[in-house]
Amino acid sequence: MQDKSFKVLWLQAGGCGGCSLATFAANDKGLVQSLTPFGIDLLWHPSLSEETGREFLDLLDGVVSGDIQLDALCIEGAALRGPGGTGRFQMMAGTGFSVAYWIKKLATKARYVVAVGSCAAFGGIPAGQGNITDATGLQYQDEMPGGLLGDDFRSGAGVPVINIAGCAPHPGWITETLSQLALDDFFEDDLDSLKRPCFFADHLAHHGCSRNEYYEFKASAGKLSDQGCLMENLGCKATQAPGDCNLRVWNGSNGACPDAGYPCINCTSPGFENPPSSFQVTPKVGGIPVGLPMDMPKAWFVALAALSKSATPHRVKSNSRSDHVIVPPARRKEEK
Amino acid sequence: MTRLIVGPFNRVEGDLEVNLDIAEGRVMEARVNASLFRGFESILTGRQPLDALTITPRICGICSLSQSVASSRALANAAGLVPADNGRIGTNLALAAENVADHITHFYTFFMPDFARDCYQDQDWFADIAPRFKAIKGTALDSALKARARFMHIVGLLTGKWPHSLAVQPGGLTKPVDKGEQVQLLTMLHDFKSFLEETLFGDSLENIASLATMTDLANWQGGRGAKASDFSVFLHLAEALKLDQLGCVNPALMSYGAYPEANGNAFAQGVWVAAEEEALNLAAIREDISHSWLQGSDALPPADGETLIDADKQDAYSWCKAPRLAGSVMEVGALARQVVAGQSLCRDAVSSQGGSNVYNRVLGRLIEVARTVLMMEDWIRQIKPREPFCLDFDVPDEAVGVGLNEAARGSLGHWINIRDGRIQNYQIIAPTTWNFSPRDHAGTPGVLEQALVGVPVQEGDETPVAVQHVVRSFDPCMVCTVH
Repeated sequence: MQDKSFKVLWLQAGGCGGCSLATFAANDKGLVQSLTPFGIDLLWHPSLSEETGREFLDLLDGVVSGDIQLDALCIEGAALRGPGGTGRFQMMAGTGFSVAYWIKKLATKARYVVAVGSCAAFGGIPAGQGNITDATGLQYQDEMPGGLLGDDFRSGAGVPVINIAGCAPHPGWITETLSQLALDDFFEDDLDSLKRPCFFADHLAHHGCSRNEYYEFKASAGKLSDQGCLMENLGCKATQAPGDCNLRVWNGSNGACPDAGYPCINCTSPGFENPPSSFQVTPKVGGIPVGLPMDMPKAWFVALAALSKSATPHRVKSNSRSDHVIVPPARRKEEK
Repeated sequence: MTRLIVGPFNRVEGDLEVNLDIAEGRVMEARVNASLFRGFESILTGRQPLDALTITPRICGICSLSQSVASSRALANAAGLVPADNGRIGTNLALAAENVADHITHFYTFFMPDFARDCYQDQDWFADIAPRFKAIKGTALDSALKARARFMHIVGLLTGKWPHSLAVQPGGLTKPVDKGEQVQLLTMLHDFKSFLEETLFGDSLENIASLATMTDLANWQGGRGAKASDFSVFLHLAEALKLDQLGCVNPALMSYGAYPEANGNAFAQGVWVAAEEEALNLAAIREDISHSWLQGSDALPPADGETLIDADKQDAYSWCKAPRLAGSVMEVGALARQVVAGQSLCRDAVSSQGGSNVYNRVLGRLIEVARTVLMMEDWIRQIKPREPFCLDFDVPDEAVGVGLNEAARGSLGHWINIRDGRIQNYQIIAPTTWNFSPRDHAGTPGVLEQALVGVPVQEGDETPVAVQHVVRSFDPCMVCTVH
């Protein structure tokens, strides 16, 4: 039973529902309005669909039997395999089987499998600190290939699980990936080394940061709400974090985390949930931050930082330690 | 007696299964199973205290900021810190926007689409309701989601990305607002107010907020058609289906108090028992685990609480604990909050209808929307650009703290115990933990379990619609419930 429209089934595994809620704001009009122009139909979505209980289980049975076409299986949340491999930390109500069991079963029927968010991609927050629920991503456990479906898994179209990482991801990352799939314009070389779509993962969260001038001069914030760069003291990992976060509008505002005054926590990367120290503090060795940009020689970075610090204008230095402008930019003489 | 398992539920946040014993076409007993466990309290143990600000919002993608606020207050309480005034105001604004957006999402996306189900196609109102509220396709969903998304720009400006922000801190808000942004916030609010007045209410927010009695409300509705606004449509439908007689229960209503202002909470803290106001005795909270898949049998206060799994425990049927205040079941949520805060229409609804029900839970939410948006306008004007937004502070090495907040769905509490500079214990009681708790050691069912008793179920109906209405009238958040 082939239908021309692109059929999406969205399930929530061990997550918070935040990826779904992020899509409520997609393009300021929501998931359905964003996807419909691309011929995408939601077979079922946990926050939006009418079908519930038995009606929904009948739909799952239809997909498993092959009677219902499934183009993209979107999974939000980690697969919980515990306790003791039973999956009982998340059962699919009314079926006696775990959600992890259902994901495995449905994945074999899908043309594409999409891990929505860092939990489904890599395990995410539920996999943090001892991982008591035995949480895993669909095809990765942290940065190790494997996960619930195994390294060899390929969906019907012959591609691995597509990891729309982020906690929560930008809604555009989700709708734009699904739209490319529906347009038959998405291939394995559109994925980075951790199977994240390159269109957002080939940027760094640092790109377009509104604190750029403070970064250039290494004029650092001393505390949260200061205007200065958040990298040296306050844990910001934007120079290492994949994502075009600060090149996009989030919830109507330019930029995301650093623009609102708090550090990037690298939520698009595996293992972000277990930072070596604390999320809001930069770990240092000998006064030098441990996490520096990865494609630049460390000695050069340190030398340039020292140079730019010594050249920091009074204005930039003063404003970096304040939550509003206390020294405005110098004016041309004729404007004074 | 037949047994029916209802679930999985959607248009609720998270995983839910309800087990019903049915006889003579009615529910005799209900058991509510929160079927997802992620173990946040274990994930927090041993970490640096400030990490709670990153971890706890991720309990929930729909009330993420509510968790941020509770967590920041627990840390501030532990440190003896009072946040900067601007930070308090900015946090109130962002939280209010999240709470109001949640109420709108609930009404348009989760609750109303059930009345556009085919099982109602013989009703005389169906032809008006179905095209407007049909799940996914309804015209109301389109306009409500657009208005909601634009309203959430307030959250975007104040907290950056949503869900899951770090902007709310013990010392205030990390985002300083300048004078231009102050006006931008007012503009965003005005746009949303227009949607509420033109589409949801069909009247000014001031008029809606000043409805003082059920008679006032009946007169208001009588003066306009059944289709004058989405609120009117709901009122008409509620009368036709007698929603005030569905999902009835009469427990005490509780609120931790919401939106701290310079002189106390905008919505007061307290407990409403048998039509009387009582002070909240926080020390009387215990979490019973007799029917939870958790080790132990003692009902502990949350400050000393434990969350150790026992998946094979006898008589257990949920991952959810059963919180009780002085041994009593509490209902929480917008209705409870408004009743405790003294909103007279909500008090009249509860007293004249003998407790809470499907109708007045929804009414409470909509009245709260009108009141909250009016308060937000004042708060924006109170911001003082160029004064501090976030105070610096040192996390104590040894301390305990409690953070109380009102999320959209009701009372949310965080209890932190810091030892040697690390989190030794972190316990959370979420709103739906109160409302959807299992039985306690005395066998007393939770609020939803009580509310489902007597609900009609047709023979052979595996998806009884009345059960759907009752469950969704609470706007459950199951991901918060067990966390």
